[in-house]
Amino acid sequence: MAAPSSLSETSAALCVVLILLVPLAGAGLALINTGLARSRSAAHVMLASLCVFAVAAIVYIMFGFSWQGAPGRPAHVLTIGGKAWNWIAAEPIFLRGLRLDLSPASLVLLLQMFSVGLAAMVPLGAGAERWRLRALSASTIVLAGWSYPLFGHWALSGGWLSQLGSIYGLGQGYVDGGAGTIQVMGGLSALSIAWTLGPRRGKYSSNREPAAIPAHNIVLVLIGCLLALVGWLGLNSASAILFNRSEPSAVVLIAVNTTLSAAASGLAAAIVTSLRFGRPDASLVANGWMAGLVAGSAAAAFLKPPAAVLTGLVAGALVVFAIDLLEFRLTIDDPGGAISVHAIAGLWGLLSVALLSDAGGGSSGQWLAQLVGIATLLGLMLPLTHGLNSLIDRVYPHRVDAEGEWQGMDIHELGASAYPEFVVHSDEFTQH
Amino acid sequence: MKLAGSLLLLAGWGIVVSSLPLLPSLRMRAAFVLAGMAVELVGLSLVARSHLVPKG
Repeated sequence: MAAPSSLSETSAALCVVLILLVPLAGAGLALINTGLARSRSAAHVMLASLCVFAVAAIVYIMFGFSWQGAPGRPAHVLTIGGKAWNWIAAEPIFLRGLRLDLSPASLVLLLQMFSVGLAAMVPLGAGAERWRLRALSASTIVLAGWSYPLFGHWALSGGWLSQLGSIYGLGQGYVDGGAGTIQVMGGLSALSIAWTLGPRRGKYSSNREPAAIPAHNIVLVLIGCLLALVGWLGLNSASAILFNRSEPSAVVLIAVNTTLSAAASGLAAAIVTSLRFGRPDASLVANGWMAGLVAGSAAAAFLKPPAAVLTGLVAGALVVFAIDLLEFRLTIDDPGGAISVHAIAGLWGLLSVALLSDAGGGSSGQWLAQLVGIATLLGLMLPLTHGLNSLIDRVYPHRVDAEGEWQGMDIHELGASAYPEFVVHSDEFTQH
Repeated sequence: MKLAGSLLLLAGWGIVVSSLPLLPSLRMRAAFVLAGMAVELVGLSLVARSHLVPKG
C-alpha cells in the first residue's frame, strides 16, 4: 500500500487538522491510566504519560523515522525467491534532507510521531504503580527507536507486509490502519512489562486469588474515553488518507465507523457486566469503549456502518472476558486493562478487516495477509520486545522496591503526592 | 520454559514467513501459516505459564 505521491492542498490541509487531533487520544489514555491506578501513584502515572510521549517523540525524530520512513521513500530491499522484500527504510537520521512542508512524507512523519507517543503510553496502563520512571523511559527509547519503526515500516511505509498483495497476490496486502502498529504493538509491550514487573503487592493471595484494587477516580477514566474518541477520529481519518489513499470525503464514513464501533463496544461491555454482576461495571465499560476504538481502527475506512457496530459488539464482549482470563487464570496484573484493550481487541480488529470489510475484495488472500501480520506481531515483535525489556531490566531494574510501592510512586519518585490533603494508604482491598 | 516458549514463537513466525516464497499455491501457504501460528500459540502458552504467580 503506498501513500499518495502528492496531495491536493485541500487534502493536505484536512490531513494536518486531523493529525493535530491525535494528541487528544494520548490525553484520553493518560486520564484513563491515571484514573484506574490508585491515588498514591496518580501523579506518577500522569507524569509518566508526559515523559514517554516526550521521549518517544524525540527518539522517533532522531532515528526512529530513519528505520520507518514513508511509502515511496528510499528503503533497503532483500531479494528472496526473485521477489523484493522491502524490509527497512533508508532515511537519514535527524530528518536530514526531509522538508517539513505539506508533502505526504512530512505528514506521515507528523502522524507517526504522535502515533508512536500513543503506542508508548499503552504499557503504562499495565505497569502502573510499580514501574520506575527511568526504566519506563528506557523501554520507550527501545519501542520508539526500534520496535515500532521496524513493524511500522513493514505495515504502513511500503514494507513487505503491506506489499503482500502485489508480491504474492494476497488481497491488497496486510491492512493495518494503526491497529497493529500502535495498538497491538503497545498492547504486547504492555504484556511484556506486566510479565517483567510482576503483580502489585497484595494483588494475589498464596492460592493465586486476585484481590480487587479499585480505580481511584472513575470520572477521570470516563472523561478520558470521550477525549480518546476525538483523538481516534483524527488518527483513523489521517491514516486512511495517508496510507490507504482514501479521498477526503471518506472521512465521514471513517468518523461514523469509529464512533459506532466505540459506542457498540461500550454498550456491549455494559450489557455483559450487567448480566454477570447484576450491574454495569464502570471501569469495564470504559475498557470496552476503548476496545471499540482500537478494534475499529483497522478497518474503519473499509467497513459498512452495520459491520462497524458488529466489530464493536464483539470487541466489547471480548475485552470483558479477556480481562478476566488475564487476571484470574494467567495471574497478569494489568491495572489499566492495556493488554486486553489494545493487544486483544487490536488483534480482533485486524481479523475483522478480512471477516467484515471489503478490503482486498473479501478474498481468501486477504485473510492470509492479515494472519501473516498477526503472526509477525506475536511471533517476532513480542519476543523481540520482551527480550529487550528483559535486557533493560538486568541493567536497570524496572520495578520499584517494596517500600516504594507501599509508599506510592508519587512520594517515592516524585516527593509529592497528587492529593496531599488526603490520607491515601489503605491496604484493605475488597476480596472477590 | 520462558526461553523455549520464546524460541517457539520465533520458529512459528519463521514457518509462516518461509511459506510465502517457498510454496506456490494459496492453499499450501494457508496450511503452513496456520501451522506456524499454532506453533506460536504453543510458545505463547509456555511463556505465559512461566510467568504465573507461584502458589504457596
